[in-house]
Amino acid sequence: MNGFFDLPSDLQHSYLGLVGLHLREALIPVLAGLIVSLPVAQLCVRFRWIYPPVLGITTVLYAIPSLAFFVVLIDYFGQSETTVMIPLALYSLVVLVPAIVDGVRSVPPETLAAAEAMGLGAVRRYFQVQLPIAVPAIIAGLRVATVSSISLVSVGMLIGNQGALGNMLYDAQTYHRPALAVNSVLTIAVLGILADAVLVLVRILLTPWMPRKGATR
Amino acid sequence: MIRIDSVTKRYPDGTVAVDRLSLEIPDRAITVLVGPSGCGKTTTLRMINRMVEPSEGSILLDGTDIRQQPVNTLRRSMGYVIQNAGLFQHRTILDNIATVPRLLGTPKKEARARAAELMERVGLDSALAKRYPYQLSGGQQQRVGVARALAADPPVLLMDEPFSAVDPVVRKGLQDELLRIQDELGKTIVFVTHDIDEAIKLGTMVAVLRTGGRLAQFAPPADLLSAPADAFVEDFLGADRGIRRLSFFPSADLELQTAPIVGVDADADKLAARADAPYLLVTDLDGRPLGWGEPDRLTAGSVEREHLLDFGRPFVPGDDSLRTALDGAVLSPTGWAVAVDGDGRAVGVVSQQVIGEAIRAAHRRVARNTEVNAAR
Ligand SMILES: Nc1ncnc2c1ncn2[C@@H]1O[C@H](COP(=O)(O)OP(=O)(O)OP(=O)(O)O)[C@@H](O)[C@H]1O
Ligand SMILES: [Mg+2]
Repeated sequence: MNGFFDLPSDLQHSYLGLVGLHLREALIPVLAGLIVSLPVAQLCVRFRWIYPPVLGITTVLYAIPSLAFFVVLIDYFGQSETTVMIPLALYSLVVLVPAIVDGVRSVPPETLAAAEAMGLGAVRRYFQVQLPIAVPAIIAGLRVATVSSISLVSVGMLIGNQGALGNMLYDAQTYHRPALAVNSVLTIAVLGILADAVLVLVRILLTPWMPRKGATR
Repeated sequence: MIRIDSVTKRYPDGTVAVDRLSLEIPDRAITVLVGPSGCGKTTTLRMINRMVEPSEGSILLDGTDIRQQPVNTLRRSMGYVIQNAGLFQHRTILDNIATVPRLLGTPKKEARARAAELMERVGLDSALAKRYPYQLSGGQQQRVGVARALAADPPVLLMDEPFSAVDPVVRKGLQDELLRIQDELGKTIVFVTHDIDEAIKLGTMVAVLRTGGRLAQFAPPADLLSAPADAFVEDFLGADRGIRRLSFFPSADLELQTAPIVGVDADADKLAARADAPYLLVTDLDGRPLGWGEPDRLTAGSVEREHLLDFGRPFVPGDDSLRTALDGAVLSPTGWAVAVDGDGRAVGVVSQQVIGEAIRAAHRRVARNTEVNAAR
């Protein structure tokens, strides 16, 4: 009899190994998405007219099925983690870009005017005023992007063993072990909830300046 | 001195916000730009620190064109205060105030020490230093805004309707505080407001702008009130400019009477000697006014305070203006104003008639001076 956490050898990982792999495949794309989104969003704030087309592009990217990406990417990266992570990174843009744009735009105009009047140049204004004030909005976007990325990693099983915890679903069918499927789904859910909680904590630590709920003045 | 030389601002959409404006803004004084909404006050102010570039004309600071120096250097030498303060919500009060010194390279510790000093100067409790802006009231935030503008000790202060978003009581406090700070520091302040009373209270010089960004009049507030340049300025000054003008006439020369003042312990002889006065001002043993009483209804030796009439608002001759004196006389049920010294002791009383005389005399004096100046 196999224990709940004993995995078939074709998964090539222990349970914890799969958890680590899953997190890596889910989080690196979000991080990459963030790094791309920051300058893109800043361009959208600076030049208003490029925001609608940029939004359109991110939406179209999000609408492309991952399988279609895999077909193209396998030619370049083979059946690798990279092939799984590239579409995930592109998907994250659809939440991150608007989140950052909204965050940066939420800076009150008089705050920006004051910053300009005090002699903060455009670069300082961005890093010392706009970005810090956008942190709550950015983290709100990161929470959605992270949780969806964690659940999306499973599709990697379509290209053979690159779906981390998702691969257990495939094995559950192959070996008639439904417990593997239950385990996979539960673990992915728990990872999502934990990642979300960590981001909330980061937000609280980074923004001591936010009015706390219930506390006025 | 800041010299605005025939400056025009045309925005890209064609709006002419400021039209051939010339102003000489005196050093170490408060110059107020006042006018109806949209008349170009903010635009003018922002051209001084180059947040807006003029379309034509130039602005000189101590004789040099402001475009001669790097824009951020220029801005760091000019404090800027705006409506709603525009504080950095993500920084503590102390760090907000320390912003410009930090930009100028002052070490953190020193900048914070200076910020703490400034908090005191603008009347903020040092307990607020570690708080964030959302934890402060609007009036407190505005004080932080002023402290932040003063932090690097800039010679010039630009203020754009800094006090218009707070209630009248807080606003009066902030105005008085600004005048006090200005007495101590002597900055060159350009102050924008649409409130003519604020302009008259704060301004050493007042520039009235009309819609379309043209200068209607540039004069000290007393001159504005006594000789508005045209119907627009007169209208903008409001209906009671005659009364408001009295604020600029001193009450020091008023002829005070001391005969109608009696102590609460006055005996029968004393009261009898003053029986011809319609009312007597009764004071306590320290000489502070208690109220008015009719001579024949006062009891010698001890007066019943509850029978006395309220004496209105007293004025301090020399400190207060004729406006305050007249106000005191109008408010007093007897028609007489009570003059007190700095400690609140009655030094005399004065009737509406005498105040009226003084007003006419003051007007004559101003008219004579104007003629003399015109003759020169
Ligand atoms: N960036 C801009 N582009 C086009 N027009 C502008 C711009 N900024 C101001 N204006 C116009 O220029 C005129 C003067 O504006 P300004 O803000 O200087 O007025 P103001 O006297 O400060 O008014 P308020 O008392 O309402 O603050 C107005 O008609 C305004 O609509
Ligand atoms: Mg304005």
